[in-house]
Amino acid sequence: MIEVEGLTVRFAGVTPIDDMSVVFPGGTCGLIGPNGAGKTTFFNVLSGFVKPAAGSITAFGQNMLKLSDYKRARWGLRRTFQTEMAVEKLSVFDNVALIHEHSGAKRSTRNEDVLKAIEFVGLQAPPNAKVGGLGARERRLVEVARAVVGRPRVVLLDEPAAGLPDEETAHLSQVIQKIPGEVGALVILVDHDMSLVSACCATTAVVDFGKLVASGPTAEVLRDEHVMRAYLGTETPMDDGGQESEALL
Amino acid sequence: MSPRLHLDRALAVRALVIAALLLFVLAVVPDLVGADWITTFTSVAIYSLAALGFGLLYGRVGLISLGQIALLSIGCWIGTRLAYATAIPFPLLLLVVGGIVCLIGVIIGLPALRLSGLYLALITLMFAGATTVVLGATQFPNGGHGFLGYTTNSSLVGLKAVRRPEMATSDVAYYRYVVIVAAIMFLIALVHVAAKPGRAWASIRESEPAALAAGVNTVLYKLWAFGLSSFMTGVAGCLLAAQIGEPRAITFQTQDSLTLAATALIGGIFSLWGAIVAGLFNQLLPFVFQAQWGINPNFLLILFGAGLLQVLLTAPGGLVDQFPKDMANLGRLVWRGVRRLSPSKEEPAAAKETKEAKEAKEPT
Repeated sequence: MIEVEGLTVRFAGVTPIDDMSVVFPGGTCGLIGPNGAGKTTFFNVLSGFVKPAAGSITAFGQNMLKLSDYKRARWGLRRTFQTEMAVEKLSVFDNVALIHEHSGAKRSTRNEDVLKAIEFVGLQAPPNAKVGGLGARERRLVEVARAVVGRPRVVLLDEPAAGLPDEETAHLSQVIQKIPGEVGALVILVDHDMSLVSACCATTAVVDFGKLVASGPTAEVLRDEHVMRAYLGTETPMDDGGQESEALL
Repeated sequence: MSPRLHLDRALAVRALVIAALLLFVLAVVPDLVGADWITTFTSVAIYSLAALGFGLLYGRVGLISLGQIALLSIGCWIGTRLAYATAIPFPLLLLVVGGIVCLIGVIIGLPALRLSGLYLALITLMFAGATTVVLGATQFPNGGHGFLGYTTNSSLVGLKAVRRPEMATSDVAYYRYVVIVAAIMFLIALVHVAAKPGRAWASIRESEPAALAAGVNTVLYKLWAFGLSSFMTGVAGCLLAAQIGEPRAITFQTQDSLTLAATALIGGIFSLWGAIVAGLFNQLLPFVFQAQWGINPNFLLILFGAGLLQVLLTAPGGLVDQFPKDMANLGRLVWRGVRRLSPSKEEPAAAKETKEAKEAKEPT
């Protein structure tokens, strides 16, 4: 469980996160909101890249803000980035091994763990292929493999399906759904694709202008009147047409 | 696990090729060329190490350091001073000098934690300039006493040259010694690049936030890179001191750091082979120009400039990356020419082409 209490982030004159309090109970939790709502800033606070002006984040009893940035990976925090950041010059294997090496996991299980993670995400490319030569979908999967290796406790996925066609999003969705059960990590999923969020997340939190608008079971949250107003700026119910247009954002 | 096995085989082949090449350089080259060539090749090996240091920092971690020649000259100075002041065995001398220069390099690396790109390049270039000025003022030790070890007392000057290892006092033996030390340094670099530090460096080069999120202690690994690169350059400096015998401050100019960076980029900074090419460009070409052809080696600067432009625009991997590709293209071109000359093979291809051309035309 991750508890966020009164989190506030200020950049010169802008307050991307404004006194936000939210609980991520476990499993896969969605975090949605319009562009600029503060989702990625929240991930950056969790990663230690941004120091909040006030508030606290407690994950499984650990005060996250006390840990320095790179030590959070050793604690068990993983993340993917909006623009995928697998290392181009390294092979698929080395990309995943890199995370394992700095996760505090045992060196003796490294090769086995790395290959298992690559298999877990269903990556077909050979482990010794350079990431620079892979396509967008495969790179995404490499990033997810990096996020699940070495016994993570919390996995942050920042728009993992951005730019992927539907059938590849479907595969990614299956992989994400397996993470809590098979890897044992709490997943926070940020995405604009509502069908992906609905499929993966039991609970969802909605933020807008750095404030929590709603949170609870995903189906209920998505029907919430305030959410529709904040998220779409309209009163139209979130039908398939709504999803498609959002997915394009 | 088949990919691992495949990797192991590729690795074994590569190791064999390198071992054969090393054997050739050690055993055959001294018999093929004259004495002046041997001293040049010794310098090539030494400057390859300085280029290797540059390549490790820029090619692997993405940090531009233009202070390599300054570190080389500092290594040369310390090596000279310690050689006069102590009687420690030569291998130990190399380690001590490498260790001290490593420390200095880490201190220079400290600003690199905050600076990168152009700013780091400027700071390190300033350091190179400062080193030239200070060494010009203090001179190289020449057998005198005190911290600087420099004397103007002509009866003491040049009494003895910086000593070489006992087993390698002749030029040819010392050439072999330097090549072996350089090979060990390259091996250390290779082990680093292929293991945990190499992966951490690659992730820092790609994106520092992503490296931090991956749990990489970026401060530690950046300083590690500076330390390793400086250690190697320091060892090279000490080797140079013993090669020259009586080093002079005039040997090291600030602009040499720029030339080294240019040749390292031309050679290729993403491959360790690039450092050897850089060493050849840096030391062999001037020798060939001056001693063999009688051309002022300063013209090389123009050549390096043009080469650098070519590399930056069209071949970021440098010569070691581009040359095999060019050779493969040339091979294909020659092969095509050969096929065109033999009529029996040429016909079906031409027939197919015309048929395709017809088909392409028909719809319109």
